[in-house]
Amino acid sequence: MHVVLCQGLDDGPDFLSEEDRGPRAVNVDLQTDATLQVDISDALSERDKVKFTVHTKSTLPNFKQNEFSVVRQHEEFIWLHDSFVENEEYAGYIIPPAPPRPDFDASREKLQKLGEGEGSMTKEEFTKMKQELEAEYLAIFKKTVAMHEVFLCRVAAHPVLRKDLNFHVFLEYNQDLSVRGKNKREKMEDFFKNVVKSADGVLVAGVKDVDDFFEHEKTFLLEYHNRVKDASAKSDRMIRSHKSAADDINRIASTLYTLGTQDSTDVCKFFLKVSELFEKTRKIEARVAADEDLKLADLLKYYLRESQAAKDLLYRRGRALVDYENANKALDRARAKNKDVLQAETSQQVCCQKFEKISESAKQELIDFKTRRVAAFRKNLVELAELELKHAKGNLQLLQSCLGVLKGDT
Amino acid sequence: MQLDEEIEDKFELNISITNPEKVGDGMNAYMAYKVSTQTTLPMFRSKTFTVRRRFSDFLGLYEKLSDKHTLNGYIVPPPPEKSIMGMTKVKVGKEDNSSAEFVERRRAALERYLQRVVFHPSLLQDPDVRECVCVCALSGAGFLKMINRATDSLSKMTIKMNESDVWFEEKLQEVEAEDQQLRKLHIMVDSLVGHRKELSVNTGGFAKSVAMLGSSEDNTALSRALSQLAEVEDKMEQLHQEQAASDSFCFAELLADYIRLLGSVRASFDQRMKTWQRWQDAQNMLQKKRETEAKLLWANKPDKLQQAKDDITEWEAKVTQYERDFDRVSATVRKEVLRFEKEKARDFKKQIIKYLESLLQSQQQLIKYWEAFLPEAKAIA
Repeated sequence: MHVVLCQGLDDGPDFLSEEDRGPRAVNVDLQTDATLQVDISDALSERDKVKFTVHTKSTLPNFKQNEFSVVRQHEEFIWLHDSFVENEEYAGYIIPPAPPRPDFDASREKLQKLGEGEGSMTKEEFTKMKQELEAEYLAIFKKTVAMHEVFLCRVAAHPVLRKDLNFHVFLEYNQDLSVRGKNKREKMEDFFKNVVKSADGVLVAGVKDVDDFFEHEKTFLLEYHNRVKDASAKSDRMIRSHKSAADDINRIASTLYTLGTQDSTDVCKFFLKVSELFEKTRKIEARVAADEDLKLADLLKYYLRESQAAKDLLYRRGRALVDYENANKALDRARAKNKDVLQAETSQQVCCQKFEKISESAKQELIDFKTRRVAAFRKNLVELAELELKHAKGNLQLLQSCLGVLKGDT
Repeated sequence: MQLDEEIEDKFELNISITNPEKVGDGMNAYMAYKVSTQTTLPMFRSKTFTVRRRFSDFLGLYEKLSDKHTLNGYIVPPPPEKSIMGMTKVKVGKEDNSSAEFVERRRAALERYLQRVVFHPSLLQDPDVRECVCVCALSGAGFLKMINRATDSLSKMTIKMNESDVWFEEKLQEVEAEDQQLRKLHIMVDSLVGHRKELSVNTGGFAKSVAMLGSSEDNTALSRALSQLAEVEDKMEQLHQEQAASDSFCFAELLADYIRLLGSVRASFDQRMKTWQRWQDAQNMLQKKRETEAKLLWANKPDKLQQAKDDITEWEAKVTQYERDFDRVSATVRKEVLRFEKEKARDFKKQIIKYLESLLQSQQQLIKYWEAFLPEAKAIA
């Protein structure tokens, strides 16, 4: 399956809303800055990988040119994200969440099944289903492009992360970064790191914070994250049912068409008109499901990942606090024994600075997170409502005009 | 067909089935329905009257009508299907949505059945039909035989007819093709009903989830907007539920009725083939009798000759009779099929328009809900 997507030349199936074309900072309202603008200008889907063309426009002196493009794959995005996470300097920031892996498995499976079942359906049915599955494939494709783009835009908009050297290499180095996926041993290490983290998480979460702001944030984020998770799962389920219903209407339209073409009696003409109506309404229903997916489901999924990143930040601060408190205790013990006091003092100072540095930037990050979140929800909820209205009105008009014709005929 | 239009033009006849009531308890319980008739037809003694009937009464009526009229080529409307599951729930006293839905579905189906019967000009003349609507207590709980009697014999017919009239052959093919498509369509509409019910449930789940999210959101305006969104989704849950009911009652039931009716249509074609076969068999028998007579003449057995001559006379009469029967039944089948097609066209148009109107109402509601929500979303700051 070979699909090419070009911004500007995008004349994909028009069942996606118009808002989806153009700059795709989908879920996040970001300040685009003339000094550094990043976007994904093209993407190519090959059998088991997606190649993104990352396009940069910048007036910064760090880059050799003002405008350039490179080709990157998903693993390279993950490498960049992980390099941020592992960098101690960035411990006090909310690391923009990594984009999820492009997943065409389900879609590919469906296309394959369709190919196998080709003999058992009429040519029209086959063509129709093929078109639908291709449209679905394209929609997933557009989404994954958008999610990878949002990640880059978040990094580019962050005052500190945008200066990161790895980021610049990612943007500019026009060879393969040779970032192989993690091997088995590294995956095991990751697994254990996460286990330790969650155990620690419990420990750290238990320590009550002196600072009201952070105490409130901790409580808030824990609850918020869980609720966003639930809402995200439920929205997915709801949208899936919606798509299934639209598919049913499609099949009903086809069968009515067959009934209508069996003869040229009045009732057959009636069936043909109704079939035509259902064809049109089901396209609208499919659009409604797709728009709900973009404006609601994707929004919730994104904030699920971002709230996790915010939790991670709190965790890191919590760890730094524990280290600081331990260093304090160690200093007290050293003073009491009058042994290695200088060493303990230095150590304590380092921990103190680290903790204070993280706390300061974390506070700002969390405030920014809130602002971004409110703006993103506002944008998407408004757009969702407007699209729902647009589609409902479209449906209404179709039904009214069809009923007018049908009633007039009898 | 003449009679049909006469009735419609000169006389009124309205029949409805209402007020399902459970009678008795436990496994012997049954549902009794009120059958109300309002008419100016002279064959009835009063203008308005009601009786109470139960499902097996309608089954009994079908069996009587089928026994009498199918062999003459009439298309006898089939009653609704029996449902052991559905009835058991009602008997056991399960007062939930699905048993209420079942009772309503059955009530509506019985009403449509009875209306089809009384609006059939020939069946209306049958005294059993009159008895069903206006005399007290028909036969009780006795009739529990399978109702698919006429429809059973249909597709097993292997009689090869020398069709002199191409009309019948073409019509039968049309009926079979239509049956196939309607069955397909029914399956799909059932699937739609299922998915809409699922959508309703999932929307409700989502609504609750959004409400929870809203209550933990610490920006006041966003929190408020999210709880408003939860309300909208709640209303959508209700809307989807209603739409699923409409899908089912207006559309699915219509298709189910006509799939059963097409069964009756095929039964009438089968009946015609049976009478043809009987006529052919009689002709063959006559031929044999003539051969017997010839043999006897040649063998010179005068005593048996008279018997042979009597036989020939007998079978000549039968051949004439059976040919007349075949012609009569053919004419009836033809008339019935044309009448059926008219009724079907009317029915489909009426029901589907009703269904589309319910879809329209849904969209209007949808618009109201989202229009109310939009300013809330815009108010987020």
